[in-house]
Amino acid sequence: MPDLSYLRVQAVTRAFDSGGSTVTAIRDVSFDVKRGTFLSILGPSGCGKSTLFNLIAGLLTPTAGDITISGQSVVNRPGQVGYMLQKDLLLPWRTIMDNITLAQRLKGVSRAQARAMAQPLIRRCGLQGFEEYRPSQLSGGMRQRAALLRTLLTGQEVLLLDEPFGALDAITRLQLQLLLTDVWQEMSKTILFVTHDVDEALLLSDEILLLSARPGRVLHRFTVDMPRPRTPAMLAEPAVAAQKAALMDLLWKEVSSHDET
Amino acid sequence: MTRHEEPSAGVLESRNTEGRVIALWRWGLLLALILLWELGARLGWLDEFFFSSPSAIFHTAVVKWRSGEMWRDILYTGSSTLLGFVLGTVIGSALGLAFWFSRRTALIAEPWLVVLNALPKLALAPVLVILFGIGFSSKVMLAFLMTVVVAAISAWSGVKAVDPALTTLMISLGARRRQIFSHLVTPSAMPWIISGLRVNIALAMAGSIVGEFIASDRGLGRMIVYAGTTFDLKLVWVGVVVLSIVSVLMYLGVVALEKLLSRRWSDGQPAARS
Repeated sequence: MPDLSYLRVQAVTRAFDSGGSTVTAIRDVSFDVKRGTFLSILGPSGCGKSTLFNLIAGLLTPTAGDITISGQSVVNRPGQVGYMLQKDLLLPWRTIMDNITLAQRLKGVSRAQARAMAQPLIRRCGLQGFEEYRPSQLSGGMRQRAALLRTLLTGQEVLLLDEPFGALDAITRLQLQLLLTDVWQEMSKTILFVTHDVDEALLLSDEILLLSARPGRVLHRFTVDMPRPRTPAMLAEPAVAAQKAALMDLLWKEVSSHDET
Repeated sequence: MTRHEEPSAGVLESRNTEGRVIALWRWGLLLALILLWELGARLGWLDEFFFSSPSAIFHTAVVKWRSGEMWRDILYTGSSTLLGFVLGTVIGSALGLAFWFSRRTALIAEPWLVVLNALPKLALAPVLVILFGIGFSSKVMLAFLMTVVVAAISAWSGVKAVDPALTTLMISLGARRRQIFSHLVTPSAMPWIISGLRVNIALAMAGSIVGEFIASDRGLGRMIVYAGTTFDLKLVWVGVVVLSIVSVLMYLGVVALEKLLSRRWSDGQPAARS
């Protein structure tokens, strides 16, 4: 198996029709991701990050190019990756337990079996005791924990997380970042993580992909050389601080050059 | 009791005493109205021929009840109402939900639903009585027609209000079309369907009664028409009062059903299984 390039995005372009004119959201984007990598995607707003995710998730069709996981094309094939968004999107009439086991239930797994499979992770994610609550009875942080758990329980190896902690307060966000890195390592998932927070990208990722302003192209790819487990304090270390400065500089140039044109 | 008398109670605290006061006023007003009616009739402020009096109505009702006809009429009207209501709600809701499968069909049907809803279906009563006969089925048919369009529109509104982000989520989880319908669209539309029930039970009863007005040999509606043509206005009042009671009981039944369904389908309540 070509394990070195587990997830391949090959020359993917996606254009949208908008009232007669064509808007290109991403143009000729190519990158490979090794199995078990935590890759963050950074870019100015409107750089097509969400379009890229929708393409990988099989929800949109690329205008050109191909996307493969383990050599298999995932174009137009939803249900091959776990997908998590900033909104928790829990079904309000289902209990937390019934929400997190949804993917298994859709695959035809029996209720009892799906519940049994979820049990160890419920404890791991700090949701024990809340299984029979409705989403509206929980705080935003707890709901996002449930959404993460639902994504993990899809059983998919590739997880796409689109600004999953964007709406949370700083402390809850830190807790969930810690939880995510822990379960990612335990379960050896391949994670693509969209964020607009440079600190978050540095704290969590093995690698960072920098996208340009629209139409999105790959500008740069960084490797984050921080040992794990990481702590927020490490962000102040000179090497990391220098990397952050370089990243911010590139982003700055991209945003300002785009504004001038 | 006013708010000034309990300054310590915060606005977010629930006030149990307030509920008791409201209940007392509600029943008190009803009692006062009945007493005033009785008094008015006795003192000659009201023409007893037209307005009768509570005691006379009660007396007539007892006589009618003892004859056994009353119970038979209540059952007749009640069952045609309920049957029409259930058929109309189930078939209408199913139709409204099914529109999810074909947006095109839904868009073609939508103006038809609006027109059918605006159409005074009661005006069709004579046609229906001729079509389905003077028996039970024409009353059920009227109650059904009164409710089916409202139910379809309610369900379709619920379908239209399904959060597209949730649909996308279901697809990303690998759900098939049929699964999205049963796991997302139907439960999501349930509050809309439920909110149509209260309106529909009253509409169903109106349909049954008008059916009986046109032609029938049984039912409370027929009893009222018969009493009216024989100038037995006391009996008309009995019919009105009994119909009101039956109507209120059915309404309460629907409210109970609503509560039961809402607990299962809404987000605010504690889970039914916990």
